[in-house]
Amino acid sequence: MHEMGIAEGILSSSVSAAHEAGARGISAVYVTIGELTEVSEDALQFAWEAIVPGTLAEGSSLDITMVRASSSCADCGNEWEHDRYSGSQCPACGGWVVMLLAGRELKIDSIDIDEEGDA
Amino acid sequence: MKVDIEKRILAANDEIAASNRALFAAHGVFVLDLMASPGAGKTSTILATIAALRNRYAIAVIEGDIASKVDAEKVRAHGIPAVQINTGGACHLESAMIRRAVDTLDLDALDLIIIENVGNLVCPSDFDLGENAKVMILSVPEGHDKPYKYPNIFQVSEAVILNKYDTMGVFDFDEEEFRDVVRSLNGQVPVFPVSATKGEGVDAWAGWLAGRIDAAKETDAR
Repeated sequence: MHEMGIAEGILSSSVSAAHEAGARGISAVYVTIGELTEVSEDALQFAWEAIVPGTLAEGSSLDITMVRASSSCADCGNEWEHDRYSGSQCPACGGWVVMLLAGRELKIDSIDIDEEGDA
Repeated sequence: MKVDIEKRILAANDEIAASNRALFAAHGVFVLDLMASPGAGKTSTILATIAALRNRYAIAVIEGDIASKVDAEKVRAHGIPAVQINTGGACHLESAMIRRAVDTLDLDALDLIIIENVGNLVCPSDFDLGENAKVMILSVPEGHDKPYKYPNIFQVSEAVILNKYDTMGVFDFDEEEFRDVVRSLNGQVPVFPVSATKGEGVDAWAGWLAGRIDAAKETDAR
């Protein structure tokens, strides 16, 4: 349960980007999370709601895009999407030398801000 | 208005981890992040590893616990420098904690630092500390189904120590199924059966670690 630390990381990047842009507030934050990380979507939403009050992001929504894992095979070049248990061996040629292409993301993509003068 | 950020959420942790990694390489120190549940035998495995490798390498230990300094005292009793980190409730170590602990050690006098992470099979797996390798311990009494339940830690580990192997006869642990699931998660990862308190199986594990340390020293020296 380290979603609180993850939420704090998202909040601090969002608030500093909003300050730089001269924002009055943040209305939405967009993040991408790989399915292979140990981050729970529900727990992250809960943590977000708990830490935003009193910050520029108060009342903002946290928009989480979960990314499926995918790998490529060094032997035959096959690329495939997989869950946690089917990524270490190539389903096409049976090769074990594989490279993870996606699934470990923990990324903040963008924010929607309320600008000075917005109602 | 939309503002693009495009940044890792754990960017602050990753930056310090990268700086730790550069510091370790500059001093030719190999750093091992050892992860396991509470009670899996992290401290006894560390003591057995020290016994196997202390004639070959100068070793120090960083102990991560929520509270207390009992682990650091156990290690110091064997004449090995140990730094205790108390996370005060946090479920994992982060790179900044490691940096503060490392600043109290004489890196030039060391070959190997073993970090004992907080007992937890979930959170430590997502945090880069700047280590050379993450390794995990599963103990036989925990059960062979753990890789199904805590897959990420098995995926980020470069070796798996199966500890308390001497209790295999007492517990309903299916070693073949365990190895099959671990292989499905992390195809190439070696599994080392060890009974740390009896010293059994330690040579194979310590041999693997020594191979990694020597290989890293060659790379650092280039």
